[in-house]
Amino acid sequence: MTDVTYPISRRRPLDPPGEATALARRAPIHRMTFADGHRGWLVTGHAAARALLADPRFSNRPEHMHLPVPGRMQLLDRQKDPRFALPPGFFIRMDPPEHTRFRKLLTGQFTVRRMKRLQPRIEEITRGFLDAMQAAGPPADLVEKFALPLPSMVICELLGVPYADRGRFQDDSRELLSLEISADEMFAAMHRVLSFMGELVRRKRVEPGDDLLSGLVETGELKDDELTGVAMLLLIAGHETTANMLGLGTYALLTHPDQLAVLRDDPAAVNGAVEELLRYLSIVHIGPIRTALEDVQIDGRMIRAGESVAVCVPVVNRDPSQFPDPDRLDLTRDATGHMAFGHGVHQCLGQQLARAEMRIGYPALLRRFPTLRLAVPPEEVPMRSDMTIYGVHRLPVTW
Amino acid sequence: MKVIADRDVCIAAGNCVLTAPDVFDQDEDEGTVVLLRDDPPEELREAVRRAVELCPSGAIRIAEP
Ligand code: HEM
Ligand code: SF4
Repeated sequence: MTDVTYPISRRRPLDPPGEATALARRAPIHRMTFADGHRGWLVTGHAAARALLADPRFSNRPEHMHLPVPGRMQLLDRQKDPRFALPPGFFIRMDPPEHTRFRKLLTGQFTVRRMKRLQPRIEEITRGFLDAMQAAGPPADLVEKFALPLPSMVICELLGVPYADRGRFQDDSRELLSLEISADEMFAAMHRVLSFMGELVRRKRVEPGDDLLSGLVETGELKDDELTGVAMLLLIAGHETTANMLGLGTYALLTHPDQLAVLRDDPAAVNGAVEELLRYLSIVHIGPIRTALEDVQIDGRMIRAGESVAVCVPVVNRDPSQFPDPDRLDLTRDATGHMAFGHGVHQCLGQQLARAEMRIGYPALLRRFPTLRLAVPPEEVPMRSDMTIYGVHRLPVTW
Repeated sequence: MKVIADRDVCIAAGNCVLTAPDVFDQDEDEGTVVLLRDDPPEELREAVRRAVELCPSGAIRIAEP
């Protein structure tokens, strides 16, 4: 049997890597060699991924974790170096009960109801960026004019980060998600974002506003360095993810005109359409990753304590036992149960916010520019295979 | 049907509210699950079963089918 490594390179930009699909046909879980030579596992089946991510015997803490792809290996090599320690408050890399403490402080801010209340403001922000794009005229890079600024401004307002300061974190935040960044660059970028957020936290203590960070400060539950870590996590998670869904989603729609028409013309189809785009595009294309704290059996295979397991979400979301005819983009199907937001206690905190942004963003864009089309051949659109979050680097469009 | 919710386990992802809004709500402060009723009538039961399936944390259960 040939040695399995984490599948990442794609022949067709919207389909999972061919090796992943081939493996998934054989079994739901496979032995895999991680980037540092660690012998762990790769999960390609939907049921196995659910079992893994729901199981408290698997840890998400960085000191246990092996990384499936090279590129960020320097980080692990240097993990003993305190400069590379994750900031306190970075709760995505904690286990319960430590994780629970942070998550519970935030969940009240991200409920379905809270997000409904935010809707008018998201609509207004959306209109603003569409107006500016229209005024500037075609052609345009949709990522720069719409897909990135919309979620970026929304998360800034929610957190209480001045949007005018975005120059101080947007480039760094992109850099932190690059697979090709050097350790020193990564350290420098992380340090800049942290010192920016730290400054902001101290300012909120003195002049609290009507925003999430000020609210967190007021609970008195968190120390400044913890608040800084939480804020950094939310800021990065909040704008690179939805931005890539909006960019890659628009690319998918423009290359599937019949599906585009469904989303543009039928308001009742929007919610389902967004779930299908989440499933089909699966922008989190590396991981989630967990490490067994004890021996655990998953789908008949014995995972030994200390072994890391990486999920390949793009192929898990094409599992034919869960989604019939999985490789077809069908905005009218029931795509719920997809794992685009993960599963288990770490399932995306911002998912209702992301849904609201997409439910508003896609139809508004398609209705404003009914003749929207790619300004270059589809194969010339640069894909983010080199980033931890998949998507398009740029999307040249015209109308 | 009888539905049980465990608010200590709930991670407030909100999937249940999206799936069966007549049965599940979220608490204003913590976002954790609130049962609007624990005895859903026939026409809501399919949605409740789906919500239980989709819940990422296993916080909601059906005690009596
Ligand atoms: C469509 C857009 C998004 C996708 C596909 C996405 C995907 C994910 C996934 C897969 C995880 C789980 C990671 C793991 O299990 O290791 C996660 C966690 C998380 N996401 Fe998102 N996300 C999106 C948008 C957002 C937004 C807008 C926010 C804004 C606040 C956000 C904040 C978070 C946070 C804080 C976590 C960590 C939760 C925890 O550890 O308890 N995400 N996301
Ligand atoms: S789906 Fe589960 S975790 Fe999410 S709010 Fe409902 S009960 Fe809680």
